[in-house]
Amino acid sequence: MAIEKHDTPMLDQLEEGPWPSFISGFKRLRDQHPNERINAVANDLLGQLEHSYETRKGYWKGGTVSVYGYGGGIIPRFSEVGDAFPASKEFHTLRVQPPAGNHYSTKMLRQLADDWEKYGSGLVTFHGQTGNIMFIGADTKSTQHFFDVINDYGWDLGGAGPCVRTAMSCVGAARCEMSCTNEQKAHRLLVNNFTDDVHRPALPYKFKFKVSGCPNDCQNAVERADMAIIGTWRDDMKVDQAEVKNYVQSKGRQYLIDNVVTRCPTNALSLKDDDTLEVNNKDCVRCMHCLNVMPKALHPGDDKGVTILIGGKRTLKIGDLMGTVVVPFKKLESEEDWESLVEMAEEIIDFWAENALEHERCGEMIERIGLVNFLEGIGIEPEPNMVNSPRQSSYVRMDEWDDAAEAWFERQAEAAK
Amino acid sequence: MAKQEMREPIETGCPDPFQYMHPVMRKNFGLWKYHEHPRPGVLRHVAYSGDEIWTVKVGTQRILDVYTLRKLCDIGDEYADGYVHFTLRSNIEYMVSDGSRVEPLIKAVEDAGFIVGGTQNSVTMISHTQGWLHCDIPGTDASGVVKSMMDELIDEFKEANMPNRVHITTSCCQINCGGQGDIAINVQHTKPPKINHDLVANVCERPSVVARCPVAAIRPALVNGKPSLEVDEKKCICCGACYPPCPPMQINDAEHSKLAIWVGGNHSNARGKPTFQKLVAAGIPNNPPRWPEATAIVKRILQAYKEGARDWERINEWIERIGWPRFFEQVELPFTKYHIDNWRGARASLNASAHIRF
Ligand code: HEM
Ligand code: SF4
Ligand code: SF4
Ligand code: SF4
Ligand code: SF4
Repeated sequence: MAIEKHDTPMLDQLEEGPWPSFISGFKRLRDQHPNERINAVANDLLGQLEHSYETRKGYWKGGTVSVYGYGGGIIPRFSEVGDAFPASKEFHTLRVQPPAGNHYSTKMLRQLADDWEKYGSGLVTFHGQTGNIMFIGADTKSTQHFFDVINDYGWDLGGAGPCVRTAMSCVGAARCEMSCTNEQKAHRLLVNNFTDDVHRPALPYKFKFKVSGCPNDCQNAVERADMAIIGTWRDDMKVDQAEVKNYVQSKGRQYLIDNVVTRCPTNALSLKDDDTLEVNNKDCVRCMHCLNVMPKALHPGDDKGVTILIGGKRTLKIGDLMGTVVVPFKKLESEEDWESLVEMAEEIIDFWAENALEHERCGEMIERIGLVNFLEGIGIEPEPNMVNSPRQSSYVRMDEWDDAAEAWFERQAEAAK
Repeated sequence: MAKQEMREPIETGCPDPFQYMHPVMRKNFGLWKYHEHPRPGVLRHVAYSGDEIWTVKVGTQRILDVYTLRKLCDIGDEYADGYVHFTLRSNIEYMVSDGSRVEPLIKAVEDAGFIVGGTQNSVTMISHTQGWLHCDIPGTDASGVVKSMMDELIDEFKEANMPNRVHITTSCCQINCGGQGDIAINVQHTKPPKINHDLVANVCERPSVVARCPVAAIRPALVNGKPSLEVDEKKCICCGACYPPCPPMQINDAEHSKLAIWVGGNHSNARGKPTFQKLVAAGIPNNPPRWPEATAIVKRILQAYKEGARDWERINEWIERIGWPRFFEQVELPFTKYHIDNWRGARASLNASAHIRF
């Protein structure tokens, strides 16, 4: 059956230019794929997209589609102009969780591609902004079939709706010398502890975990995750003075002064007359800048762990929020350390689920109730690394100051033991 | 289908990545010593064991058809070791353990029409959202905007000659799944939603829409005797938040849904703390298929940044040093009353000092 191709004069213009064109890919599916169903789907998808380009409007609406046993993980899409473009009138996306850190063998990619073209449109994205593999375009029935097939060899759906979402982690320890933790272990322990909350949306709103192995935060965790895990270290950074000298020799003293020493946010660096670099580790805030400029010479210390920030999110509803520090440093070494990380996440999600308003992200709840109430709710004591500065407003009741002060000294004494 | 025929899902969650990881990376997990940037698009990581892994970073169209995916796999099998890694911004990375295989790999990638680059101080791939292709609320497309811009920024992707890395993002509604970027191109609506009253009664859960509005501009109302909603148009900030829960609140408008450009979002902690992006330009036409007006402004900003910033300065740091007056001057953009924030916390963005730039 030959298909009648929709004219796509506007989309055709997106085949021009040197960057690879997604439109050319759609056309390959329309014109070259041996499966007629895929030809027709690609044709109607192109037709509807052209229609959007002409009218500057979208024509998808949501609905309810899920696979058997789950309440989320599929983004349902029904066309509002399905009469004109019937082959793509059901065009759901499956959100599938990637392996932590986004590693794939080509063998596995081929297997996924082979199965996807049996059931779906043949279009896929690695990855959506939340971090899922997005298998774009399947009708309701095929959604179940495709899931059944790939679920059998180890792939599971991610979250959609008010639930724990798919997590993300940087490449980290797999290939990066800045890594201060096992990102993939944190990623998988956390999100896989909540599979029920991933698959059956029943929380106030979405909750995201993101893990970055160091404060460079390649995963944008502070800005985008309800719970951000950031690798760091608390002993001294390692300095290879011979490499510092090499660096001075190849780049020059001035370059090193202008690009390393004076750029340290806390003036923790000093270049000595003998071309050695002195680091004041008490002042260093682990910003990563000097390590980034001189990766051969400077390395994180040995006493590694993570900083945990809570409450990052984008605009809706009260405006963008960064996560803020709730745990300045946590060791993640023994199995008990890892277990306590997961317990902390449970504690946080439970408290949020109980106290948040409908559709309120964790950061918004903290904004509404105050950080102190949140800390008390999850059983974490306040400490100065949590703030940029102490309070400025005197409008506060301090009835229990003496007790709080005493508790601080007791905690300090306990920690010093 | 009858219930007993349905297959129970296996709730395995996030897969173990070690089975899909390049063996050299598996072997040296957590034991990397340093890296170098031998040329744009290529990284060389060296482990304490002495092992090396060379990475070639490649830009694609992101929305991959199975042919393109298989072509990428073919390259991975023939010229690399059969393992790939995807970055946060949807670039694909090939890894080889032997430096002599880098050049043939690059050639194969480029011959197949993909683009090598995106490392370190380059403009890397624009992170993009769903748009008209398959979101239910978009005011614009995402893949088309990105394709059009990358056509123009391809040299900046390939060459790595910016002062520091540049992350560009796009978002096709004001919810902004695209996230923070050094430069962000986002939809900005300029008119309140037009309500399709006939539909509200049928499809809309009215209390949840009322609750969704950030400025409490929506009220339940009776229209023509049927339950509907009304919007206080003076209060409405045209954010579009009411549209996802209630499709009759039609916020998208072919003429009045515009694009805005924001700069200075930076997620890294390097030097300064992470920062949010700030509005610099708005009222930009949403002009498919190639959005030339938006791209022109992005290019002006990049040009000024490239000329004016010092090594390692991200866009936010460059502007902090030269000041906003000079920024607006250099990129030839107007400064208007809309640039002055009035949302909660706005006071922190005002200049409470006698520090003035001349
Ligand atoms: C009907 C409404 C919505 C649709 C169809 C939608 C769709 C999407 C899609 C497809 C993604 C990428 C997903 C992935 O990687 O799996 C995404 C990400 C995202 N969405 Fe939505 N979204 C909707 C509503 C919202 C709302 C209401 C918000 C804000 C509160 C929001 C904020 C985000 C953010 C911030 C991301 C990026 C997340 C990240 O980096 O983790 N979305 N959205
Ligand atoms: S966040 Fe740090 S550890 Fe992770 S990839 Fe980026 S630089 Fe490496
Ligand atoms: S990591 Fe940052 S704060 Fe620490 S010494 Fe280096 S530049 Fe300074
Ligand atoms: S930015 Fe908005 S319109 Fe675009 S994909 Fe995300 S939710 Fe949909
Ligand atoms: S567009 Fe935004 S401000 Fe206007 S009514 Fe809808 S939710 Fe409220």
